[in-house]
Amino acid sequence: MKYESQKVAKLYFTAAIGLFVGQILFGLILGAQYVIGDFLFPEIPFNVARMVHTNLLIVWLLFGFMGAAYYLVPEEAETELFAPWLAKLMFWIFLAAGAATVLGYLLVPYATLAEVTMNDLLPTMGREFLEQPTITKLGIVVVALAFLFNIGMTILKGRKTVVNLVLLMGLTGLAVFFLFSFYNPVNVVMDKYYWWWVVHLWVEGVWELILGSILAFILIKTTGVDREVIEKWLYIIIAMTLITGIIGTGHHYYWIGTPEFWQWWGSIFSAMEPIPFFMMTVYAFNMVNKRRRNHPNKAAVLWALGTAVMAFLGAGVWGFLHTLAPVNYYTHGTQITAAHGHMAFYGAYVMIVLSMISYSMPMMRGREACNSARAQSMEMWSFWLMTISIIFITLFLTGAGILQVYLQRFSDNPMPFMVVQEKIALFYWLREITGFVFLLGLVLYIASFFVGKNEPEATVELAK
Amino acid sequence: MAQAFTKAMARNIFYGGTVFFFLLFLALTFQTHSALPDRDNRQAINDTVALGKKVWEDNDCIGCHTLLGEGAYFAPELGNVYKRFGSTDAIKAFISSRPKDGIPGRRSMPQFNLSDEELTAIAEFLKYVSGINSANWPPSNQG
Ligand code: HEM
Ligand code: HEM
Ligand SMILES: [Fe+2]
Repeated sequence: MKYESQKVAKLYFTAAIGLFVGQILFGLILGAQYVIGDFLFPEIPFNVARMVHTNLLIVWLLFGFMGAAYYLVPEEAETELFAPWLAKLMFWIFLAAGAATVLGYLLVPYATLAEVTMNDLLPTMGREFLEQPTITKLGIVVVALAFLFNIGMTILKGRKTVVNLVLLMGLTGLAVFFLFSFYNPVNVVMDKYYWWWVVHLWVEGVWELILGSILAFILIKTTGVDREVIEKWLYIIIAMTLITGIIGTGHHYYWIGTPEFWQWWGSIFSAMEPIPFFMMTVYAFNMVNKRRRNHPNKAAVLWALGTAVMAFLGAGVWGFLHTLAPVNYYTHGTQITAAHGHMAFYGAYVMIVLSMISYSMPMMRGREACNSARAQSMEMWSFWLMTISIIFITLFLTGAGILQVYLQRFSDNPMPFMVVQEKIALFYWLREITGFVFLLGLVLYIASFFVGKNEPEATVELAK
Repeated sequence: MAQAFTKAMARNIFYGGTVFFFLLFLALTFQTHSALPDRDNRQAINDTVALGKKVWEDNDCIGCHTLLGEGAYFAPELGNVYKRFGSTDAIKAFISSRPKDGIPGRRSMPQFNLSDEELTAIAEFLKYVSGINSANWPPSNQG
């Protein structure tokens, strides 16, 4: 850490981890409701728990991206952050708005929340992932603008690097496409069409630029490989991302009333979307193999490599599994979708944020380069517990999904939804149990911040 | 080979490719908009349907159900519920008869205490959605 102002990232990362815990607790509530239908009913209905689970996910990832930017941009630009006070102010505004929104979800019926926040003036609520009251959405826009201004000014006054530029493009795209959340016509087909401009163009578009640039930064720092090489890879990866991912949006336009030509465009382009994820894996391992030095923060390198692998598995492999129109015809909106959603979000975005935290936190907490060997070893245990849990959660949901598709949609005598749900309950139980292992991993992760504090930093062993 | 392919070339592919494919996406979007009037059942949209969509959103129905396959996977698909139930009256009767405290041990739908006007509106909304041309999806009547 070279600049004092990078330290604002610590606030953002701390909040991110706190909200992550909340997300997982509500995930466990949801998982329980899948098998014990009346669990917490009617106090916390499933839809409320679900919006808490998914919105906390999105908000903590945004905290993570912002923290990563505040840490990374000054270091790359070789200058102090333009306005650290603004970063701190926006942090508290965002946290307060987020907390108020979640409390709103939990404390009053959703219809009441819509009413008191005057949703009728500009109706944007009640759509998946975009459940936030309209004023919260406006607040998000304000925070995003202030954030972009701060980052943009820092980049302007300092050294311009490809990593910073790509990160800025990704973050700008994130803000721009969020604006489509304000478009909500009565026409359901048009509503859905542009809803995906937020959701798909985020996770399979601009967020991948954010992912790519953070990963590039960590690789530059931990491997010492020449920046030129890494930047070339970065460009080619994000080129492939957008070349395939923009038209790839079509894989959501098969069955929502949009014309049938999308079955061709969507299938062909989204089938190529795994390519940039695959390249990312090859490149991450390549860079680590070609490293010019051994970085003592082994945990951070593990997270970075893990991101590359798990993003490819979750987004690339599990995405490809159901992306071709003839397959998606059967799997659309089943547990297969949920399986993919979990591994893709975890593998790509959860892991990249945790990678950045792992790399930067020790320095922001006063270490030279990394934590003690004991803390790192505990962190690596948490890596394996969470990652293996998500793999099993994905496998169980995939099993549930295959049976669901067969019983409800494919067999000669399709059964009603609720009947099928009972037949596949075993898989939901297994998922829920695995969820507790995930929580254990998360607890260890947090504990790793508190162990070995008085022990010396880990050093690179002189092997190799 | 590694030298022949420079960073500048990679950068140009990124900018050129992004602009090109984004423009193509806009063209396909334009094409979609021209095709929609024949597919999206817009002639069925009226004030009742609009109120129905508001009821749908204000109660976050999408938080448990899918609609044309999008949403949550906790409760049945509703894009075709009008066809499955056969009438708007059956839909209204179902929604209004949900027990307030749920059904012991089972997943149950909350009692939303909708007015008669709102019940009619949500049923009409679901009827409108069932008229959207979804390319023969879902594969079975069960959603
Ligand atoms: C990191 C990147 C990705 C993330 C975070 C992600 C996440 C998600 C999520 C959460 C959904 C469910 C959306 C909903 O609730 O309706 C979804 C749907 C889908 N994703 Fe991804 N995804 C990613 C990449 C990909 C890729 C690369 C592909 C294709 C190769 C893909 C193919 C699909 C398809 C086909 C659906 C629709 C499933 C359905 O019809 O129900 N995804 N994705
Ligand atoms: C570890 C325990 C977890 C459990 C038990 C759990 C459970 C659930 C359940 C039951 C749903 C609702 C599915 C439905 O709509 O019917 C859900 C949705 C979702 N969860 Fe989790 N979750 C967990 C962890 C996570 C993690 C770590 C992430 C992100 C990395 C995540 C991301 C999501 C997303 C994106 C959705 C929406 C999926 C979609 O629309 O397809 N969850 N989760
Ligand atoms: Fe997508």
